[in-house]
Amino acid sequence: MKIVVCIKQVPATGADKRYTDDLRLDRSSVEAIINPLDEYAIEQALRLVDSGGADAVTYLSMGPEQAAEALRRALAMGGDDAVLVTDPALAGADEWATAVVLAAALDKLAPDIALMGMASDDARGSLVPGAVAARRGLPLLSYGAELAVDDGAARIRRLSATGFDWIEAPLPVVATVTDQVGEPRYASLKGIMAAKRKPLETWSLEDIGVDAGTLRGGALTRVTDSRPPEDKPPTERIENVAAVEAATRVADWLAARKLI
Amino acid sequence: MGRVTYRLSADHDELRAVVRELADERVAPRATEIDATAEFPWDLKELLAKQDLLGTSMPEEYGGTALDTIAQSILVEELARADATTSLIPIVQKLGALPLLLAGDTEQKARYLPRLASGEWLIAFALTEAAAGSDVASNRMRAARDGDAYVLNGSKRFITHGSVANLVTVFALTDSKAGGRKGMSAFVVETDSPGFSAPRVEHKMGIRGSPTAELTFDDVRVPETNRLGNEGDGFKIAMTTLDHSRLSIAAQAVGIAQGATDAALEYTSQRTQFGERVVDFQGIQWMLADMASQTEAARQLTYAAAARVDAEAPDLPYWTSSAKLVAGDTAMRVTTDAVQLLGGYGYISEYPVERMMRDAKITQLYEGTQQIQRLIIARQLLQRAGVGRAATKAGSETIRP
Repeated sequence: MKIVVCIKQVPATGADKRYTDDLRLDRSSVEAIINPLDEYAIEQALRLVDSGGADAVTYLSMGPEQAAEALRRALAMGGDDAVLVTDPALAGADEWATAVVLAAALDKLAPDIALMGMASDDARGSLVPGAVAARRGLPLLSYGAELAVDDGAARIRRLSATGFDWIEAPLPVVATVTDQVGEPRYASLKGIMAAKRKPLETWSLEDIGVDAGTLRGGALTRVTDSRPPEDKPPTERIENVAAVEAATRVADWLAARKLI
Repeated sequence: MGRVTYRLSADHDELRAVVRELADERVAPRATEIDATAEFPWDLKELLAKQDLLGTSMPEEYGGTALDTIAQSILVEELARADATTSLIPIVQKLGALPLLLAGDTEQKARYLPRLASGEWLIAFALTEAAAGSDVASNRMRAARDGDAYVLNGSKRFITHGSVANLVTVFALTDSKAGGRKGMSAFVVETDSPGFSAPRVEHKMGIRGSPTAELTFDDVRVPETNRLGNEGDGFKIAMTTLDHSRLSIAAQAVGIAQGATDAALEYTSQRTQFGERVVDFQGIQWMLADMASQTEAARQLTYAAAARVDAEAPDLPYWTSSAKLVAGDTAMRVTTDAVQLLGGYGYISEYPVERMMRDAKITQLYEGTQQIQRLIIARQLLQRAGVGRAATKAGSETIRP
């Protein structure tokens, strides 16, 4: 049972992001991390290994060369090896191009489960898992609060308005999980040291049999404008007062707006 | 020897980021409670063990990770930035294990180091006695030979983790006529040995979650195979241990100072008085600038000393004592200024800086008071200049060929 966890390197949450003239994120200017929602996919995969439900975990990322750092960090948490797909033709890739590339790389890796986070922290399109499943002609088990494997099938527990559903599909599948999976583990020191010796391969488009010419410049979509949100109205701060008075003032404020 | 230089690597940066995340998310939120209840944070000990952070001074063959001394300093620094008590867990694990690492034989190391490296066991270092603090040579505890064992009698005081450790490195006189300098020997003692007890834990000003215990030995039988080095090596083992271990205290002091600087910067950036952020007043900025630059100076001196530990520099005591002296005084000054910058809020336990100020004080006291550090530094200074006399009492044994 082999799992490939797809991860994306994103700017640190809350970082002051800057954009280039063509409205691409200036990745050199910000601290980069593993997409926090992907960490739940990593945790889920490693829990399956811990419980004997899976044998091997490979990480896959598409991105610039520095995305190798994110793969190393994932390897420090656990898992066996990693693949970075990087190519100059992929700069500015949108969800469609990303899905084309990941699907081709997954064809080559042939996992039983391709596991992803439910969205990326920066673009938030949530389109890639579905597009990858469609391109590979595989079932998509999405938004799992938990992923289980038995008897040649994968099952996810998905929260619903009334409780939860278990949804099952025969392997191989594409699956996504949510933050309900449980807190991602910290990398241990020995994990960090071992990660430096784990295999990390770099593949080009040619390696996965994708003709750069078919990628239409890496995107079907184009970002036409980007701006920060409007300024919020002035914040009213209640501080340096006793807790009871602070609570009373907060309650009064909410009551005046008929919120309580 | 050649010139000793140091440079922080990407591995050092990565370790700092990893430990800082752990400290911010798991240690800092516990610090106030640990201080208030004065209870040893077993949960954080387990966490540090799980993350492989208690065996960083121990060889890989025994389950440790054998980090270089700068990396070990970074670990302590980042934990102390969040909570000084928690930073003592790896500090004391190293302090207690150093005599084993320095003087233990292969069998002794194989017997004990794996359990210490994994964090399954805690170890303490028992040198100080009620009447023998800085004057180590006046130790009185006895170890009488009895066949293939020793019988230990006496008591130790101010032993960090003494009441929670599974193992204690103990220094006792095997030849009382020869005195502390020549007649003391080192032993590792399992704390479930009959006759061992920790009858009292001190109430302290700071590092309150770290139990400081009195230990009594009442006919404690210790096999000969638990003696470290030869009979009479105890004083040398103790002094060499302290030459290495006091750098951990420098790192702890740097971490406390950084924590206080960060807290003061955050508070003054949010606090408004006279219609302006407090941090925009120049007088406040000057204090913050002093705190930041002095902390950085202490940090760099600590790393410079750490590089000399790894290079086994002959003037190691000069460097580790200098780092401990400068960092300890810096921590005290910076935390005091942090309390000043928070004003009344700095004096109450709702904010962390009063705890940091209380915690900082111990770094000027333990593992050699600041006065002892000065004696060690001066002794080496005089020796370098060729104007040294035979011996100033303290520190004279710390110099190795």
